[in-house]
Amino acid sequence: MPKVNLSVDGKKIQADKGAFLLDVCRDNHIPVPSLCHNEALGSDGRCRLCVVEVRRGNRTRMVTSCLFPAAEGVEAITQSANIALVRKTVLELLWARCPESDEIARLARSHGVSDVRYQKDNDKGKCILCNLCIRTCESVVGVSALGLSGKGPVKKVTTPFDEPSETCIGCGACAFVCPTGHIQMWDKEGVRNIWGRKFEMAACAKCGTHFAPLYQLEYISKTSGASMDRLRTCPDCR
Amino acid sequence: MQATAEQIHKIAQEHLQKQRAYEKVLHVCFGPGCLASGSKPAHEKLSAAVEREGLSRKVLLKKVGCMGLCGRGPLVVVGDDEVFYQGIGKRSVDDDVEMLVEYLKTGALAEKLLMDGPEKGKKYTHMSEVPFYSCQKKMVMEDVGRIDPDSIDEYLAAGGYTALRKALSMKPDDIIESVKKAGLRGKGGGGFLAATKWRSCRDAHGSPKYIMANGDEGDPGAFMDRALMEGNPHLVLEGMIIGAFAIAGGQGFIYVRDEYPLAVQRLVAATAEARRLGFLGEDICGSGFDFDIRIVRGGGAFVCGESTALMSSIEGKGGEPRAKYVHTVEHGLWNLPSNLNNVETWATVPHIINKGHEWFASIGTAGSKGTKAFSLVGKVQNTGIIEVPMGMTLKEIIFDLGGGIPKGRKFKAVQTGGPSGGCIPADHLDKPVDFDSLYDLGSMMGSGGMIVMDERDCMVDVARYFLKFLVEESCGKCVPCREGVRRMYEIVDRIASGQGRSGDLEHLEELGKAIQLGSLCGLGQSAPNPLLSTLRYFREEYEAHITKKKCPAGVCKPLIKFTVNEKCNGCMVCARECPTECISGEKQKPHVIEQDKCVRCGNCFEACRFDAVTIE
Ligand SMILES: Cc1cc2nc3c(=O)[nH]c(=O)nc-3n(C[C@H](O)[C@H](O)[C@H](O)COP(=O)(O)O)c2cc1C
Ligand code: SF4
Ligand code: FES
Repeated sequence: MPKVNLSVDGKKIQADKGAFLLDVCRDNHIPVPSLCHNEALGSDGRCRLCVVEVRRGNRTRMVTSCLFPAAEGVEAITQSANIALVRKTVLELLWARCPESDEIARLARSHGVSDVRYQKDNDKGKCILCNLCIRTCESVVGVSALGLSGKGPVKKVTTPFDEPSETCIGCGACAFVCPTGHIQMWDKEGVRNIWGRKFEMAACAKCGTHFAPLYQLEYISKTSGASMDRLRTCPDCR
Repeated sequence: MQATAEQIHKIAQEHLQKQRAYEKVLHVCFGPGCLASGSKPAHEKLSAAVEREGLSRKVLLKKVGCMGLCGRGPLVVVGDDEVFYQGIGKRSVDDDVEMLVEYLKTGALAEKLLMDGPEKGKKYTHMSEVPFYSCQKKMVMEDVGRIDPDSIDEYLAAGGYTALRKALSMKPDDIIESVKKAGLRGKGGGGFLAATKWRSCRDAHGSPKYIMANGDEGDPGAFMDRALMEGNPHLVLEGMIIGAFAIAGGQGFIYVRDEYPLAVQRLVAATAEARRLGFLGEDICGSGFDFDIRIVRGGGAFVCGESTALMSSIEGKGGEPRAKYVHTVEHGLWNLPSNLNNVETWATVPHIINKGHEWFASIGTAGSKGTKAFSLVGKVQNTGIIEVPMGMTLKEIIFDLGGGIPKGRKFKAVQTGGPSGGCIPADHLDKPVDFDSLYDLGSMMGSGGMIVMDERDCMVDVARYFLKFLVEESCGKCVPCREGVRRMYEIVDRIASGQGRSGDLEHLEELGKAIQLGSLCGLGQSAPNPLLSTLRYFREEYEAHITKKKCPAGVCKPLIKFTVNEKCNGCMVCARECPTECISGEKQKPHVIEQDKCVRCGNCFEACRFDAVTIE
């Protein structure tokens, strides 16, 4: 990988050409906040919390650090009045959208947002539409049970046609990756509840604990070739 | 069939000869405006009358695209000397058709159908006398409204596809150089130099390269791209084929707004015709160059006009934009080099090739060359589609060409650039219309919408209208636009309903700035413009809503009150128009409006001929 020289907040840095600025900053212990970025999944630039300013010649422009490729001679700044304005605005707006989310409230306060000047929403739950659940389902699990529907203020994450998904395997990766805890999932009496569907849980052949949905095990068996017999034993007893 | 230059020439000549055999050719406008005002039934009746009177061999009726002066349609223009008839069938189709037939038979002008001049009793006879037309400089719209868009022969007879043949004999680099020297800037909004984009795309690695035309035209009130695609589809195709040859493109797409089925139909038919004569497909005009074009129907959202969302939509994915740090000229459609231009930009190219870059660069201003088409709408006498040289002043456009403000009212502002643009007040009417000066005024060229507003328009209400549009059209991908624009709307809506608070304006400015800075794509980055520009130029109007709880223009219903003054002579007209019957009073005595029952519909205000109803 060819290297490039750039600077962040005056600090000279060598980075892989084309690496994203956000990753470069973090690798060099320069903090940049983010909500829709994940190390494994990257980002597609939804939350706008990671904005930084880049100077080229005497032109300064705001860029999305999670998507901006490192290039020779880039001079980036991670703190400025404009950057603070965007971050605070984003957080106040998300707080107004998701007043129930402790995570958003905490982040907002830590950026100096003390109150919300808007009528708080009560119909959006804790979903900030970061898209991480959808990307996890699609590129990590490989199932694509979730998607975005609608546009503008009514945009939401949902299963196709808002019906219980036929392809969902109940693995819960989406709930795990969700930064605000919006996705509801609970296991009760050997049954997992998620996205409006119930999944029968397999009991471990050795210890008897209900450890994973049967569908998920069948899916793993089908995609990896591992035998169902082996998979029916929980990881702890294997 | 691979038609040779001679064969094409022959088709054109034969077509011209056929037309010359007629004594008169009547152009009947079938543009969107005239169709809406009834040009179809007028055409049918006229056609039947021509038949009945035995004039069929003398008179040719031609259905053409938009002639521009839509506000006065249906329009009929006669032959070469361009006798200009307007408002056909406004009173009675049968009477008007009879007058036209009389004219066709005897040559006696149908006076009643001529357009009124500024002086009483004086009428314009020819198109060239009408300032709306004489002030224009037509290039891409030149043949729109003159030729039958369904016939490739018509286009060939008007010199069509000669620029392509010329371009194919040039070196691709020389074509790009010529477009560069011409100074052609993209007409879809940003004003990016076309040649720079073409160069980068030509130099990019990857094959095939995609060539695209943006015909999404999502701005409310704008319809010049529609007029162009429907009125002269081959011109768009020819420009694209030349561009493709210069860039070494392999496949083309024209992305057409979903609400324009006729444009789709015309373009599909035009591509088939172009293919038949060898202007599209393999070995174009025997040059060895292969290129074809497919017509794609738009995704039906304003954001789909944004370049990356457009490409994602063509790929069959949802119309969400993406960051453009990786340029689409290198990695665009299906990750391959892609060049997107607006349809009007493409339609300019054949003119540059045929008449030369010097000629093109001699039109316009230092930074903006050539012409621009606009749709002129709102509170202006002459509404419709215009094309003017870059640099014409707003005043010339609105007052000379547009005929000024109707009903003797006062001009207040002109909105350019649609939902991404802004409102420009009277102080700046002498500014030239080009990319840079509109930007400096806090607005932008956009794709060419121009909405004129008068003293009866409330700027808070205008900002609210655009914000509402943008709330619904935000794709919802990124936070500042999705969440911020709706909050802006909430605040402005509150101000318009008399609930404004001190600090609201500063809050709006701060929020607007954050949305401009922090949004992912051009939609969000420009969404605050209609609000911020009205705030910049009409701040006192906002303040009146907030502190005095008054709407000076008399538009925002919760803030206005209708009363009857001493001019009332008791004619009772207003009382009859009132839906809630809250106007009382005897004949010939001043009336009174019962405020509790009044719903502020404004009917009485519109109905009164004595200025006796006032808005407070
Ligand atoms: C929200 C949004 C909507 C747009 N809509 C259109 C459109 O309807 N037509 C168009 O030509 N360009 C539109 N654009 C501009 C395109 O992204 C692109 O810049 C243009 O098509 C390039 O062509 P040009 O260089 O010839 O202007 C839009 C941009 C944004 C941000
Ligand atoms: S700015 Fe608006 S339209 Fe553009 S990506 Fe963000 S939400 Fe979508
Ligand atoms: S982390 Fe970059 S936009 Fe969300």
